[in-house]
Amino acid sequence: MSDEKVPGESQLPTPGQVPPAAPEPQSAKGVEEGQMSGTTPAAGDVPPPPAANRVMREILSSNWLMTALAIVLALVVASILIVVTDERVQAAAGYFFARPLDTFRAIGDTIGGAYSSLFQGAVYNFRRPGFVNGIKPLTDTLSFAAPLIAAGLGVAVAFRVGLFNIGGRGQILIAAAVAGWISWSFPMPPFIHMLVAVGGALLGGAIWGGLVGLLKARTGAHEVILTIMLNYVAWYLIQFLLKTPGALQAPGSNNPKSPPADPSAVMPTLSDLLTLLNGGTQVGSFRLNVGFLLVIVATVAVAWLINRSSTGFRFRAVGENPHAARVAGIDVKWVFILAMIISGALVGLAGAIQVLGTNTAGFGDGIDAGIGFDAITVALLGRSKPWGVFFSGILFGALKAGGYTIQASQGIPIDIVVVVQSVIVLFIAAPPLVRAVFRLPAPGSKPKARTPRRQKLATEAAR
Amino acid sequence: MSDQNSTAPGSSTPVVETSHAAALDAPIVLEKVIVRSPKFPIVFGVFALLGLLAAFVFPRTGTTRIGLSDSKDAIQLDPIPIDSQPFVAVVAVLLALLAIAAALFVARSATARIPLGLTVAFAVLFVIAFLVWAVHDGLLPFTGLLVGALGVSTPLIFGALGGVLSERVGVVNVAIEGQLLFGAFAAALIGVYTGNAAAALIGAAVAGMLVSFVLAAFSIKYLVDQVIVGVVLNVLVTGLTTFLAGVIDVDTIPRTARFGVVPIPLLSEIPVLGPLLFRHSLIVYFMYIAVFAVWFGLNKTRWGLRLRAVGEHPKAADTVGINVGRTRFWNVSLAGAIAGIGGAYLALDAIGLFSKEMTNGAGFIALAAVIFGRWDPVRAVLAALLFGFATSLQNSLSAAGVTDVPKEFLLMLPYLITVLAVAGLVGQVRGPAAAGKPYIKS
Repeated sequence: MSDEKVPGESQLPTPGQVPPAAPEPQSAKGVEEGQMSGTTPAAGDVPPPPAANRVMREILSSNWLMTALAIVLALVVASILIVVTDERVQAAAGYFFARPLDTFRAIGDTIGGAYSSLFQGAVYNFRRPGFVNGIKPLTDTLSFAAPLIAAGLGVAVAFRVGLFNIGGRGQILIAAAVAGWISWSFPMPPFIHMLVAVGGALLGGAIWGGLVGLLKARTGAHEVILTIMLNYVAWYLIQFLLKTPGALQAPGSNNPKSPPADPSAVMPTLSDLLTLLNGGTQVGSFRLNVGFLLVIVATVAVAWLINRSSTGFRFRAVGENPHAARVAGIDVKWVFILAMIISGALVGLAGAIQVLGTNTAGFGDGIDAGIGFDAITVALLGRSKPWGVFFSGILFGALKAGGYTIQASQGIPIDIVVVVQSVIVLFIAAPPLVRAVFRLPAPGSKPKARTPRRQKLATEAAR
Repeated sequence: MSDQNSTAPGSSTPVVETSHAAALDAPIVLEKVIVRSPKFPIVFGVFALLGLLAAFVFPRTGTTRIGLSDSKDAIQLDPIPIDSQPFVAVVAVLLALLAIAAALFVARSATARIPLGLTVAFAVLFVIAFLVWAVHDGLLPFTGLLVGALGVSTPLIFGALGGVLSERVGVVNVAIEGQLLFGAFAAALIGVYTGNAAAALIGAAVAGMLVSFVLAAFSIKYLVDQVIVGVVLNVLVTGLTTFLAGVIDVDTIPRTARFGVVPIPLLSEIPVLGPLLFRHSLIVYFMYIAVFAVWFGLNKTRWGLRLRAVGEHPKAADTVGINVGRTRFWNVSLAGAIAGIGGAYLALDAIGLFSKEMTNGAGFIALAAVIFGRWDPVRAVLAALLFGFATSLQNSLSAAGVTDVPKEFLLMLPYLITVLAVAGLVGQVRGPAAAGKPYIKS
């Protein structure tokens, strides 16, 4: 089959694209074809990177201006949605031609209210007395960001290998179940207990993710389908365990809910630490917990893994062209498995943070809180680079924290945040659209500006 | 083509393969390589073993009455009484024999393939044995189970048809979930504001089409990875509909905007078949037409030939003068419209209200059905029916008072089956050759 496709691929380079021989980030779809032709032995010559990979190339290489513009566009879309559905604006628009200014004032009030409560909910609340109270929103942002970053890193690692891990939900659920189970089943000294529980969660996520890698490597099944299906398998499995006495169900309860996490395994919050430093006096009520530190460690580790280690080099090589990687002697199948194991473990960290940090009072089947899917947008916005993921996770954490404030104070459903996130990613995925909206120079003039940059990347990768 | 495929598999390999992606070079490959894979007999053996375990290790005694009529039927049939334990034992032995037969087929027959009839017989026997074993003492509303299965399957079938059309034209459609959900929302919205069922249905189709427009525009014009667009679109539609449902009242759809049951005279009075097929709302009757139309159109018309050509080999299609981009765009839009109607069924027929995330993974089951059905409309519909049956089975069992069979595992079944299917247990799963790849005219 692969020989059929080569002519199709040779057409792929378009204006603004380097020849296929140059290192080129490649998309998840690329691997589907790699899998299809996986049965045919690799020939002596290297076929060009399979399938169209514009999106990952764009996502990895387009500049920060595009990101900023995409965010601006998404906020504009959200503003329009908020304004159109706002009752005051609708009322004022009813007599628009009599008093047009009223409509504009209502629009201004609505948008101003929304964004000021977003800021107050996500960064700093000036209405609260003192710095400790005022800064709490920022710590909330970081606390929401922690699981997003962890899971986003997981998705990003898979992306770099050309795999599309949509299985975050399942991996988080399994990891959360393992972490919770360890926390209430095995009494241990405080700090060690937390580490063991986190380790168990990583293992759970790694197994659930590694299963996908294994199936893909052994049978050539498409990881997108596998992960989607395994999400539901995990979900129903957890539902079953949550209502089975003796499994995950809280003793003496009939609800499908787990017991609370054991206090000795719970991640200490910033307030706990500050209180300890302060000699026992309570400082603030920050929910930000040690999970964020773990996430920073994870980010550093992933950055080292991807950019510095030989394993990471193999990952990137497979991600850019599995055919070439195979010819170069890289065990592509093992890379698939290993990448999914690491990806699952990182997503599992998000599950651990959920159970041991965010929601310690016992969990239901919704413990993943949509993080598995949010992680995809985080990874795409972060261009699958570790620190990019870190900051995009913080941005989405801020949107989430602010979203709750908007909902509480303005009556705007928090789901507007989901709309913003997905619109950002849609725009990022299609730079030509953003350029068209802002009348930026056509892509034809782009290569000159961009080629050196990519060459720099190429030499970097070769080093 | 698919008919020949299912009635005479293996006997005429070239005919079988012409309906598939690989087309020209495939028969040659198949003549050389006959894989005698033990996968199928092993799976059969496992299920036969389960049957034997149920019959002899965990026997459940009593009398299962299989109900065939409900109170509304003109012709009343008495429930068929079955002595559970001996029945399950006999069927389990039969299953074991069939598993041995399957092993022999793989080991001895020239094509190394198990006849489809054997597989179907095995599956049907296993399901019946399971039902009798699970209920073991009580009434099993068999017709109700099948009717429920069709009801659950309807949105899945619309979604699967949309998926088949979209993928056969070369655009991977992960956004079925979004199309269903947006269709459901639009149907509810228009139903609430106009009170007109027809307008709501059209609105749902247009909404599904809008999702498709985005999918098509991004994947065809902007060449964005189709899977990414699909996944992001699902998230977008989920967020958008939940947001809008929070600020607009779409909870109570007036009765005039719903599709009531329209029994077809005479036909609906046939025992078992009548309630199953001819006592439904107009959307379900429309589904019958849609299934036939998609099958016929895809396999017997010029439109279908062009569609498939674009999905298999866009360059060749372009060479003979087919506008690849336009063909893809409009067929993906059509696929969205069909899936949107499936969403309308969810809002207007099955439930009669819109609730957030009401599709609850139906779009992904539909996607699973497309893959399990190997991108063939008829097979995909059968797969959707199978998946609907698993869900309905769970409902019927809890209605029959069976609580010791965890419903989660029945609900999990479609997804597990799909994992097994894509992992290569159910023959080779190979999609349209050009699906997922944008076509760039040089």
